[in-house]
Amino acid sequence: MAAAKKTSAGTSRTRSSAKKAEPAIAEFTKEEELHAYREMLLIRRFEEKAGQLYGMGLIGGFCHLYIGQEAVVVGMQMAKIDGDQMITAYRDHGHMLAMDLDPKGVMAELTGRRGGLSKGKGGSMHMFSKEKHFYGGHGIVGAQVSLGTGLGFANKYRENGNVCMTFFGDGASNQGQVYESFNMAELWKLPVIYVIENNKYGMGTSVERSSSMTDLSQRGASFNIPGEKVDGMDVRAVMAASKKALEWCRDGKGPYILEMVTYRYRGHSMSDPAKYRSKDEVQKMRTEHDPIEQVRKRLLDNKWATEDDLKAIDKDIRARVAEAAEFAQTDPEPDASELYTDILL
Amino acid sequence: MPIDILMPALSPTMEEGKLAKWLKAEGDTVSAGDVIAEIETDKATMEVEAVDEGTLGKILVAEGTDNVKVNEKIAILLGEGEDASAADAAASAPAAAAPAPAAEAAQAPAPAAPVPAAPVAAEPVEDPEIPAGTAMKSSTVREALRDAMAEEMRRDGDVFVMGEEVAEYQGAYKITQGLLDEFGAKRVIDTPITEHGFAGLGVGAAMAGLKPIVEFMTFNFAMQAIDQIINSAAKTLYMSGGQMGAPMVFRGPNGAAARVGAQHSQDYASWYAHVPGLKVIQPYSAADAKGLLKAAIRDPNPVIFLENEILYGHSFEIPDMDDFVLPIGKAKIERGGTDVTLVSWGIGMTYTMKAAEELAGMGISAEVVNLRTIRPLDIDTVLASVRKTGRVVTVEEAFPMCSVSSEIAFQVQEKAFDYLDAPILRVTGKDVPMPYAANLEKLALPSVAEVIDAVKAVTYTA
Repeated sequence: MAAAKKTSAGTSRTRSSAKKAEPAIAEFTKEEELHAYREMLLIRRFEEKAGQLYGMGLIGGFCHLYIGQEAVVVGMQMAKIDGDQMITAYRDHGHMLAMDLDPKGVMAELTGRRGGLSKGKGGSMHMFSKEKHFYGGHGIVGAQVSLGTGLGFANKYRENGNVCMTFFGDGASNQGQVYESFNMAELWKLPVIYVIENNKYGMGTSVERSSSMTDLSQRGASFNIPGEKVDGMDVRAVMAASKKALEWCRDGKGPYILEMVTYRYRGHSMSDPAKYRSKDEVQKMRTEHDPIEQVRKRLLDNKWATEDDLKAIDKDIRARVAEAAEFAQTDPEPDASELYTDILL
Repeated sequence: MPIDILMPALSPTMEEGKLAKWLKAEGDTVSAGDVIAEIETDKATMEVEAVDEGTLGKILVAEGTDNVKVNEKIAILLGEGEDASAADAAASAPAAAAPAPAAEAAQAPAPAAPVPAAPVAAEPVEDPEIPAGTAMKSSTVREALRDAMAEEMRRDGDVFVMGEEVAEYQGAYKITQGLLDEFGAKRVIDTPITEHGFAGLGVGAAMAGLKPIVEFMTFNFAMQAIDQIINSAAKTLYMSGGQMGAPMVFRGPNGAAARVGAQHSQDYASWYAHVPGLKVIQPYSAADAKGLLKAAIRDPNPVIFLENEILYGHSFEIPDMDDFVLPIGKAKIERGGTDVTLVSWGIGMTYTMKAAEELAGMGISAEVVNLRTIRPLDIDTVLASVRKTGRVVTVEEAFPMCSVSSEIAFQVQEKAFDYLDAPILRVTGKDVPMPYAANLEKLALPSVAEVIDAVKAVTYTA
């Protein structure tokens, strides 16, 4: 388990028996279910609002929404300890919210305002927080994989006991530098979890059409990196697999691959009508596998929450998102003098 | 007929070496493939194998001899039935002359008619970075670079060096020699051949606050990694609103070595100098190399440090100081003068300094500005010189199109137009991929004669 001196960032329940038969589904406590519900709902509502602001012309450029994939980042957040890092590509809003970054700062960055996390100079794809151990936010497909490997390298160099969770998609999994990184990570036993968020489409190209070997969890096989396929729509499965992988890394055994099988409901970016898949396919995922609905149902079935309780949570989250959207529209644009700052130290 | 055994070249750039040891004695029988001697250069120790068989008739260069030129006769091999007298005769004959490179004739136009002026002396210059009275010592560029890294690694535990063959092999060009012994495998790291990957890994480690020195075996291979250098290292500070950047150095030999062809002979200074968020340094002397590499390692920004393989073995005087650090972004007047400003950097300085010396003999006093740093460019030092001389020639080995010379010419005309008495000329590598043939390679590179011709053109003395 986690290094004793650190505390879990998610909830603090001590789990008595971890031994479960496959598939590993961690039974959640009431607190864990409620935590997961809140976190995932925040991402969902935030992204819906971002989509709305984009449609109003308030967000420019590219904007990639995380709707449908919320369980991946929230399950991992619940498994990590203080100081563990996250790094991902450009579909990054959910990761930032999960890493406890202020929704106001994220939304204001989307609208390019001075109160944005990068003072309005990064945009949707490029946000960072050293304080919260979030290392971007990268616009070049696959580049974050080498960078995340370097963050893991720094953890090992400093012997700080932390692990870098390095996220990339099924599309990025065909980039050459991913395998260069796998090789070095295993060779040097770096504490890195490679989280492949397989949402089945790299932009408009399905995994089957882009990948000669579609079991992405085994992409590390030739480097001796263990990997497993995880139901990325079930936050409990994500957390269980993540704990196991984190423990592996913290024990000094090197990197670990988690293929999170997930789905994005929206197009690749706001400008993608997603005509490469059927409406039925999307609808089926939404009705049968939605990560938030799954938690909601368990909360109600277990009588851990009433409809009213959940409505209250929803209301609270909508208020937080509305506040973020309000800030993102009223906060001024960066001062012209910012054009020439932050180029060199 | 006795066979001459000649001092072999162990690398494309080797000019001389030490005959460290004879493994065969006079009178020994030698078969083809036998190791007969060991030779050392500043880079490596290598064994010399016999190519022919026979008896070692006479050893002409004793073991332990330094500075034995490539192709110098080092021993005589006797064939069957030949005796020592044949060896003596062979030893006194001149060494077979190396075939004259055709390029010698084609290389440069004959010098123009001599300028009937008295020779001029160089104006005295002082280096403001070196305190008066500092003792100087001789150092190669190679030693200076190694010492710079070692000193900074002693000073800061977050500094580490990684790259291909930097540790156990002691560096492909022996720049990291001895570092593994002193700092161990945790801080001197052999990477797989995986430029894109280890460059990205280095940037990630830097984003976490470590201070990597990423060595590229040559910058030609860094094109595999250029996305990480530009998109990740150079831009993160800006994109994060100043929250995190990449305090690191990318270093290695850049530009042409000797006879290695088009893919191993490119100068990337202008490529990197184009990018905001990077600093770009191109040292010439050992002092430049040491003082600026130390500064680069301490700098909180990503620094591109462009070395040159030919310069590695060159010796210079270097201040004998505990902590010699030069400011990044400050050019040096390497030679004072009044008639023309020569602006150069890196290996371009070798042509420039020789040209300045020859020009002095012709009565033309050239001031030489050694840029040292390409970005940020110390245009003020260039302009101050131009305001004095009114004439500028730039000298570099890179391609001419969109070169650093282009940028200097632009800025000089923008900021000192009224001081110019002649068009700005540039002497560069030719606008061709580097050819392999010796004569063509020589033609593709700048020459001292081209610098002199350019100076004559701008001083209207041709």
